[in-house]
Amino acid sequence: MVPGETAVISGFTDDQISVKLLEMGFLPGTAVRFNFTAPLGDPVCVSVSGYDLSLRLEEAGSISILN
Amino acid sequence: MTIALTGKPNSGKSSLFNQLTGLNQKIGNFPGVTVDKRTGFCQLDAHTAAEIIDLPGTYSLYPRTLDEKVVAEIFTDQKSKFYPDKVVLVADATNLKNCLLLLTQLIDLRLPAVLALNMVDLAAKSGQSIDIKKLESELDIPVVMVNARNGTGIDRLRALLAAPLKTSANLIYRPDDETRPLVNAIKEKYHLSSDYEAYQFLQQPDNLMFLPQAERDFIREYAKQNNFYPHKYQGAETVMRYGFIQDLLNKVVLRSSNEGWKRVSYGIDRVLTHKVWGYIIFLVILFLIFQSIFAWAQIPMDYIDSSFAQLSHYLDRVFPPGPFFELIAHGIVPGIGGIVIFIPQIAILFAFISVLEETGYMSRVVFLMDKIMRKFGLNGKSVVPLMSGWACAIPAIMATRTIDNWKDRLITIFVTPLMSCSARLPVFTILVALIIPDYKILGFFNYQGLVLMGLYLLGFLAALFSAFVLKFFIHVKERSYLIMEMPTYKMPKWSNVGYQIIEKTKAFVFQAGKIILAISIVLYALSSYGPPAVMNAAKDTVQKANAGRALTEAEFQDKVAAYKLEQSYAGRLGKTLEPLIRPLGYDWKIGIALVTSFAAREVFVGTIATIYSIGSADDQPTIKARLKSEINPETGGPRYTLAVGLSLLVFYTFAMQCMSTLAVVKRETKGWKWPLIQLAYMTALAYLSAFAVYQLLK
Repeated sequence: MVPGETAVISGFTDDQISVKLLEMGFLPGTAVRFNFTAPLGDPVCVSVSGYDLSLRLEEAGSISILN
Repeated sequence: MTIALTGKPNSGKSSLFNQLTGLNQKIGNFPGVTVDKRTGFCQLDAHTAAEIIDLPGTYSLYPRTLDEKVVAEIFTDQKSKFYPDKVVLVADATNLKNCLLLLTQLIDLRLPAVLALNMVDLAAKSGQSIDIKKLESELDIPVVMVNARNGTGIDRLRALLAAPLKTSANLIYRPDDETRPLVNAIKEKYHLSSDYEAYQFLQQPDNLMFLPQAERDFIREYAKQNNFYPHKYQGAETVMRYGFIQDLLNKVVLRSSNEGWKRVSYGIDRVLTHKVWGYIIFLVILFLIFQSIFAWAQIPMDYIDSSFAQLSHYLDRVFPPGPFFELIAHGIVPGIGGIVIFIPQIAILFAFISVLEETGYMSRVVFLMDKIMRKFGLNGKSVVPLMSGWACAIPAIMATRTIDNWKDRLITIFVTPLMSCSARLPVFTILVALIIPDYKILGFFNYQGLVLMGLYLLGFLAALFSAFVLKFFIHVKERSYLIMEMPTYKMPKWSNVGYQIIEKTKAFVFQAGKIILAISIVLYALSSYGPPAVMNAAKDTVQKANAGRALTEAEFQDKVAAYKLEQSYAGRLGKTLEPLIRPLGYDWKIGIALVTSFAAREVFVGTIATIYSIGSADDQPTIKARLKSEINPETGGPRYTLAVGLSLLVFYTFAMQCMSTLAVVKRETKGWKWPLIQLAYMTALAYLSAFAVYQLLK
């Protein structure tokens, strides 16, 4: 994904992280927007369920998307 | 009656707590853990008063950090004295979906709850309106709109809490066919009142600290044998709950697509997390904090210093002689002074930190620094504790609690004392003034200032280097992650800043202060008592040694004091140490100062003043002049050469020399293992570096 792009969450590739992500509102079927990255490329800022979150690339990479 | 305030971080929970309790609050610890427990009293109506507990912010009952574990524990232990009679869930109306997750869990635990909707005005600005009546009837719990910043709606909340409150008739969680037998078995065995509580027992047996170890083991094994996989069920549960919440929100929220207020935040972010500007702004803010800690704190610190010195002198005059009164005047009063003197710096540091947190900038700092810090085995969240370490390691180590990952947290705790704290400053200033010539480079860089800055940099680099090395030695199964909310920028609420300052200062004074006071009394005893025969004869011995010299009374008294210190137990220890510290360029006099400053490094200056019989320790130019004229009997040259001075400076940069830090580390890591490793490591690092410096420059 590139900054500004929006996609729909389809699932997760990592069980352990997925429970944390689910709690924060990353639900399959929800829209997620990639806002911008930190200056060094990691972590990234995304919007989901109407608010902003920061994720490391590793965590963001465990989210599968449809677009 | 006990009322718990709960909700996710940044939902305005603390503001609401302050609104409800005013200044009528106190900070303690939850038993067994070192999580701050904020409680306060609130008069709900004419007849009812309630104890309000402000619980740590959490998104759900499944904890990630130490703080959050407390929440899960309190809500699952009905026999706990903290088990609340009523719960207020504070929700951020601009982000209702996320806040309701915990609420649905509380409803399932059959807790009587009130939903306090905060920031409704912001939600309205973003084009969201919420049908409160509908929300109330759907959830079957009272809902009250509040503005925790200006206090709107607080009266209605109080009235609601004073009246009897029933539990919601809703049940969101129902055990499925697979788990029902397990849930029923646990529910029966432990006489639990709800299915969900039994389910929580199965989910996180290790967090049920109120049960004996054997019971926890039993539940864990029982869950395992019956194929109860916590992660799988937890994921399914969260999806199910959000399903319920989404249905609910579809019914009660009217949304227009205007997200204008958010765009302001994005605009600010574009500057504050910019590739270049982001770091420059961060450095400028750091510099500002640094400057004000030194510049602004100096005036009140000098004032406190001289007041306690005067008080000590005054007590000396009015008290009758005797060991007990001497202990008060020379041990306890200066000991308390040694605690109070740090208050200005701690207060200023936490004023800045809480403003940065309140505005939402702190999470951007974490965002900016995470990648760099990870290279050194740290975490973006380590930045704040490390920064705080420049003021004092004690609040800094307490601030590491926000780091979820145990390994990251441990490394941060381990290296934080290497950041040059304010207590090193008096040692640094006097030694730098003594050995570094006072001239300017290029017209405006003060040479002494540069050396001072270099020492701070040295400590910082040592911290990074140690973290990097430690990264390879600590292994944990737990994964490090950074899933963190980036709150919208807003103006800080100044009363929250005020409360934060009071709270942190109190924590320092009462928790670390006790140890500092105790150690200063022990050190006072060590340095004022020695073998009685020698000590009693001190006056005569000094008189004999100086026979024929014309000494003023003051000079004579100073010489007696120096002789007594030399003969005291601390003095003897210093002499015993001499062979060990000779390779660093030190003699037994410096050895005594090392011993007495073992508990708190700033004591160095006072000890040096006594041992060289200067008398009043507060007068820095006098100390400096006296040290300059000290002769090394072996070389005939000055005792404090560049090599000795730099060796001492390096020693004080690296050495632990702070009993209070050790005590806090012991508390935070729950054992003596880490503080002892830390002490050994830092002492070795200090010794070897000082050795290298002296031998190279000698």
